[in-house]
Amino acid sequence: MAIKVINDKCKGCTICVKACPFDAIEMKGKIAEIGAACTACGVCVAKCPFEAIEKVEDENDNGVDLSEYKDIWVFAEQRQGKLMGVALELIGEGYRLAKEISDDTKVCAVIVGDNVAHLADECYAYGAERVILIEDPLLKNFTTDGYTKVLTDAINEFKPEIVLYGATHIGRDLAPRVAARCNTGLTADCTRLDVRVSSYIDFANKNTTLDTSTLDPNDPDTGIKQTRPAFGGNLMATIICPRFRPQMSTVRPGVMQKREPVEGAKGELVEYKPTIAAADIRTEVVEIVKSAKELVSLTDAEIIVSGGRGLGNEEGFALLKDFADHIGGVLGASRAAVDAGWIDHSHQVGQTGTTVKPRIYFACGISGAIQHLAGMQGSDMIVAINKDADAPIFEVADYGLVGDLYKIIPLLKEEWDNADALFDASAK
Amino acid sequence: MNFQLSKEQENVKKMVREFAEAEVEPIAAEIDQNHRFPIENVEKMAKYGMFGVPFPKQYGGAGGDHISYAITVEELSRVCASTGVIVSAHTSLCCWPIYAFGTEEQKMKYLPKLLKGEHLGAFGLTEPNAGTDAAGQQTRAEDMGDHWLLNGAKVFITNGGFAEVFIVMAMTDKSKGTRGISAFIVEKSDEGFSIGKTEDKMGICASSTTELIFQNCKIPKDRLLGNVGEGFKVAMATLDGGRIGIASQALGIAQGALDVTVEYMKARKQFGKKLSQFQALQFEIADMATRTEAARLLVYKAADMKDKKLPYGMNAAMAKVFAAEAAMYVTTKAVQLYGGYGYTKDYPVERMMRDAKITEIYEGTSEVQRMVISAAVLGK
Amino acid sequence: MAFNILVCAKQVPDTNVIKINPKTGTLIRDGVPSILNNDDANALEEALRIKDEFEDVVVTVVSMGPPQAQDMLTECLAMGADEAILISDRAVGGSDTQATSNALVATIKKAEKEMGKSFDLVFAGRQAIDGDTAQVGPQVAEKLDLPQVTYVEECSLNAEMNEVTVKRNLEDGYEVIKVKTPCMLTAIKELNTPRYMTIEGIFSAKDKPTHVWSAADVEVDLSTVGLEASPTNVFRSFTPAPKGKGEMIEATSEKELVEKLLVGLKSKHVI
Repeated sequence: MAIKVINDKCKGCTICVKACPFDAIEMKGKIAEIGAACTACGVCVAKCPFEAIEKVEDENDNGVDLSEYKDIWVFAEQRQGKLMGVALELIGEGYRLAKEISDDTKVCAVIVGDNVAHLADECYAYGAERVILIEDPLLKNFTTDGYTKVLTDAINEFKPEIVLYGATHIGRDLAPRVAARCNTGLTADCTRLDVRVSSYIDFANKNTTLDTSTLDPNDPDTGIKQTRPAFGGNLMATIICPRFRPQMSTVRPGVMQKREPVEGAKGELVEYKPTIAAADIRTEVVEIVKSAKELVSLTDAEIIVSGGRGLGNEEGFALLKDFADHIGGVLGASRAAVDAGWIDHSHQVGQTGTTVKPRIYFACGISGAIQHLAGMQGSDMIVAINKDADAPIFEVADYGLVGDLYKIIPLLKEEWDNADALFDASAK
Repeated sequence: MNFQLSKEQENVKKMVREFAEAEVEPIAAEIDQNHRFPIENVEKMAKYGMFGVPFPKQYGGAGGDHISYAITVEELSRVCASTGVIVSAHTSLCCWPIYAFGTEEQKMKYLPKLLKGEHLGAFGLTEPNAGTDAAGQQTRAEDMGDHWLLNGAKVFITNGGFAEVFIVMAMTDKSKGTRGISAFIVEKSDEGFSIGKTEDKMGICASSTTELIFQNCKIPKDRLLGNVGEGFKVAMATLDGGRIGIASQALGIAQGALDVTVEYMKARKQFGKKLSQFQALQFEIADMATRTEAARLLVYKAADMKDKKLPYGMNAAMAKVFAAEAAMYVTTKAVQLYGGYGYTKDYPVERMMRDAKITEIYEGTSEVQRMVISAAVLGK
Repeated sequence: MAFNILVCAKQVPDTNVIKINPKTGTLIRDGVPSILNNDDANALEEALRIKDEFEDVVVTVVSMGPPQAQDMLTECLAMGADEAILISDRAVGGSDTQATSNALVATIKKAEKEMGKSFDLVFAGRQAIDGDTAQVGPQVAEKLDLPQVTYVEECSLNAEMNEVTVKRNLEDGYEVIKVKTPCMLTAIKELNTPRYMTIEGIFSAKDKPTHVWSAADVEVDLSTVGLEASPTNVFRSFTPAPKGKGEMIEATSEKELVEKLLVGLKSKHVI
């Protein structure tokens, strides 16, 4: 795939030069020239008022027969015999995608470990139609070498069309290694997946500024369209992997929907006997330590009370914690507050922290740097409290309160349980 | 003519700014209020080579130039003028005269530790009765045959309380006036040498400013710096260079005050508008920025002339008097633009204003600079 | 024989400074500084710490990027690295992570051949802030056939310099892993605090070797690099739609603010 300037049509207006997110276009005389930094993202194609830039598709000549590949796999990550939440979310998402591809495309959970057969039922309950069980004592704990080997072998044998991994510290260690060994593409940290062009158009129209008029809703293509943030969330990119298989993505925890579990659901169990020897594993796991630090389950929180630089100091978080405890919320933080050392990184919400989508998100003293917004914009309700009426956080807030959070938060705690009475009074 | 910093100079600016913002700025208010010498940061600055910027590597220097040295003092002073002057006094007033006038033995003995920042340096010229009139030295050095004997006192000595090595001016022959002054290297541990009282100052409160007391202070013969009777020449040449350091400090103070004021004006609202939207205040910022930039050009030019071994005394004096007055102007305006908040210690501009004042006074008052400049312009 | 450490580094735009032009929806790149990627600075720091601690350690930094990336490499040298290599060529432009790792691996192999050494330890940052993929490190390791440990938050090399013990960060704790050299470790910010350049380092950098190589120099198979060879392609890119502006609550006191907020939350059935 490549971007080409049609020299006869180029008027030298430089709109594309300014529009290019990668700084890849230069003016050569009065004509735009595409430079080496081009990623073929197509922004310039859409921006050019003279239709002077086109995207040229290549033919598939790499010898990969795409039709051999079928089904959607989810790497059902388990730790110490327990499935990670993201595995169940991905089974839900995989199910949705599988049915969009075709009725006979199945979603398969791949469980790797030792004595983990009991996890199959949970996978079935959440929508898996098939479980591929790969067990060996050498696979008890995650090792890059061990898991890469058995997963790659299984992929080569069964040829899935799509493989999804949770973007956890394990998924992000394993997936690139598998992708390199299978010589295929991998897209990191996806926040949205589509296979049907029509679904992609629906998504884009609802949530983005993308001009979808060039897309055909009846396009039969079912290649995966993987949407992810780039440039610290300043730009969204949709990535495809048209010429290689399987198509692989890591997906952020907390982004996809689990299905309602069906107790007692059953599926097909495939036990895959791995070929693995101790010598294949070049790292030795000496110990695994569950951290004593308080576990912040930001991803599952219904209510998050987050603090930023505007708190002014570490003690501000004590105030927020007090409020959060009172209303059953969890403490979050902006990168600025974490960098200032006021609170542990595990509380960080945003591009480099956790992506959250609680029912209510309180942003207290958070100015709303774009990378913070990237991690919390999906919240159902955003309440922003800030001294600065021009803080960007108010651009995304459903309710904005300009004032001193040290006065507002205690009052809010005090009045919280009176909400019904206040509402009734206001209705009269 | 080339007004671009070299790649190296740009990296010095970037590195010192990162260091200053991360290590110096967070403690600047505290050390000012507690009048505390930031010894922990002196150690860090030593590690990164900030005490030997414009000296060759063979003596332990960083192998840089004087523009890089000016940038170092400027960037430190942008967040903390006290920290800036520690480097300036050490480099210009102690290391440089040893490098320029010392014997090879003296250089090898003192420079490596000084330039690596293991030892701090200071310079003693001013006396209670010999400030601007530096020729009125009363400290005496007697030739005792196998050693020198120093008696007298120096005042307002920057780095006094923390230095290991001092360049001290003393009268060796009263009858010869300025030609009777000689320069000596004094070590902290020398017999009969002690540090007197520490001054309680209006600004640069975290720098150490002390008296030096010499009571039958015995120092070996090989501590004479330059020849007998050359002390005044050493002192004047040293101060020429020192003025670049102080001009850089003043420039840094001005830039720092300008930067925080710009931030503040973009944030602070009155009458429903940001301060930065009022034209009268915009014009203040324009004047502040213009004076700061003019000061920068004068400072870098003087430093560049020193690097090129051109006569730079007049240019250093111009840089110093202009930058010092720019610093005073910009910081005073900064306090004004901050309004009531600017007068409180919650914001850094009042400290910057107090710090700026000294740059019009030490290492030659603005009046002295004008004497130097006018003498050069008019011819003596 | 010296102990050779390789650090993979990338020059990135400082994404903290990037803003969106609200009218055109495009990135504003003017005045956005290019910096050494954050995690890569931690990777370099760890290599330099080993150099401080052990005798006869040589630290080489390798990067792929436009010619301007030499500035970033110069900064690495000013921090204390011994030599730098940049693979810069139009032919490798537009590479995705798979193609990037192909180009880097060819460069690393060329360096080993050219300099007659083999790297005993390879560091990379976990991920780059412009792409956040965290894929290039593991993919380089795969293609060099090295074991890897990612998300390294603590690292110690034994006295024989043939085994590292690392703490690998996990979401809910950490694991302790032992691995023999040579291996690839990817650094996170918890690993250390990167040093600044030193003034002396800044003025010595130009005396240290910096190699700028083309695709032909590193003898990379051109069918494995660049946009054409990348398995993944950008299908579309766009800016996220700004959510419609909500309601700024007007009130004369904090108490009134709070009351109006609670009424609003109640009326929308969120509490």
